[in-house]
Amino acid sequence: MALVVNRPKLSLAERLYLPAVLAGLTITWNHLKRAIFNKGIVTMQYPEEKWDANLPDWYRGAPTLVADEHGKDRCVACQLCEFICPPRAITIKPMEIPQEDKWRKVEKRPGEFDIDMARCIYCGLCEEVCPEQAIYLRKDYSITGLNRAEMVHDKKTLYKLGGVRTGLVFKWNELK
Amino acid sequence: MDTALILNFLTTPWVFLLWTTILKSALLLGLVLGLVSYTVYAERRVSALIQDRVGPNRVGIPMTLLGGKRDIHFFGLGQPIVDALKLLLKENFVPASVNGFYYWLAPKLVMIPPILVLGVLPFGSSLFGVQMTIADLNIGVLYIFAISSLSVYGITLAGWASNSKFPFLGGIRSTSQMISYELSLGLSVVPVLMICGSLNLNEIIDWQVKNGWMVAPFWPKGLNAAMLLHPGEVIQAFIAGVSLQRFLLWIFLLVSFVIFLVSIFAETNRLPFDLPEAEQELVGGYHTEYGSMNFALFFLGEYAAMIAGSGAIVSIFLGGWSCPLIPDGSHGWYWGLVNILVFFAKVTLMLLFFIWVRWTLPRFRYDQLMKLGWLGFFPVALANIFIVALILAFVHK
Repeated sequence: MALVVNRPKLSLAERLYLPAVLAGLTITWNHLKRAIFNKGIVTMQYPEEKWDANLPDWYRGAPTLVADEHGKDRCVACQLCEFICPPRAITIKPMEIPQEDKWRKVEKRPGEFDIDMARCIYCGLCEEVCPEQAIYLRKDYSITGLNRAEMVHDKKTLYKLGGVRTGLVFKWNELK
Repeated sequence: MDTALILNFLTTPWVFLLWTTILKSALLLGLVLGLVSYTVYAERRVSALIQDRVGPNRVGIPMTLLGGKRDIHFFGLGQPIVDALKLLLKENFVPASVNGFYYWLAPKLVMIPPILVLGVLPFGSSLFGVQMTIADLNIGVLYIFAISSLSVYGITLAGWASNSKFPFLGGIRSTSQMISYELSLGLSVVPVLMICGSLNLNEIIDWQVKNGWMVAPFWPKGLNAAMLLHPGEVIQAFIAGVSLQRFLLWIFLLVSFVIFLVSIFAETNRLPFDLPEAEQELVGGYHTEYGSMNFALFFLGEYAAMIAGSGAIVSIFLGGWSCPLIPDGSHGWYWGLVNILVFFAKVTLMLLFFIWVRWTLPRFRYDQLMKLGWLGFFPVALANIFIVALILAFVHK
């Protein structure tokens, strides 16, 4: 069945457009007036103003490597993160821990650990897969560089960004 | 050569006319082109503020490039300059399917008419005894209509030569819109011409100096600074201005003013009548296939047309360079400068009004536009002429 849509009868004022035009102009004028005195504008001027303090705890920023309060670099170079990384941003070259080292019984640690931040998609799978609680996504989101080489975070940078994290499970104690 | 000889040569009538005209043209063109680029800036800033945004506020003086610590933002006033540089440096890409000659001709046809219109606008009274109009034509108003309607050729040619469907639709829309609004534009100004008895813009402004602006013709003897000392005279001037004829004329001049204003909006393709462009429907309309400086010419042509249109509104209805209580240029060169300032202040206010309206009203639908033009403005403007003629003929009080 055809639907009949009745056109509303417009009054003279409505047909003249002008009252509606004036009403519209008043609305925009009020917005303009408020905005000139910087009220009602919610825009944040990015590099000067940042929202960093309000980032949630679960924010997934740049992946980093952490050390613990016992002075041990957590990573044991198992390479699980390298395998799971969807964009293959992580490259690890494991090395053997020398005889005289305090953590000799751990046997392995990364000789080189590179994360190519130009490839990283901040998915957090590396953090999830890590059996040693060694890799964490931190709140740094503004990773910049002038070329591809600068975008690669090496082991030193990663540990520097990660810092020391306390309260993690410590399975390499003397009893084991 | 002798200085006296050079002076003598420079004050020979035709040489004097030549170099003052060249100087005036250069001055006006420079001013207006500057105004064009800063209107674009104003458009972006005002639209942003109306929508509770910030708008371009970064580009200022790049101190970091010069070895400084921080850039000076300066409210983003450098934006028009970098925009122009960007457009100049871009590749001028031409699609393979266009009709070459007309494709290149169209942007120029859009840019030229508004600049030609500036030639007859009295942008000041007089400076050092030189009249501040480039060409004091007897048919000034006619000239404005004749020239400004030429810009539709640019738009239509652009639409046709682009050989693409959206520009073509834009060009077609432009032609029909131009026909419907040009009529009421011309008719709405006829009452003014009947009252002033002249098509010369300078004489229209002289009338307004003596009788008050067209939108408020209530001070028949004119207001001047000396009257401020005698408040009684000011009141007298207003009492003398109150008469039945003036009151009746005022009502119908306001009708004329509204029609003229709205038709100028349609003429310059501004919202709510920007159907040839209609970004949301026609992907930019007639200039879809243009880029780089060719596009910039369309863009700047639109704003130059706005300025020329504002100039016409200001000259015909809002008293041109005149401002109550301010004498004209014959009282000293500084008053001449003040008059020029007054003119450009009025034009700037008109431009801000154009921008304000653009960010308030939605676009008219095509049939609504045609209905408004042919069934609304055209008969009203026509009737207005006869009513004003009758008032002028029979009401003499």
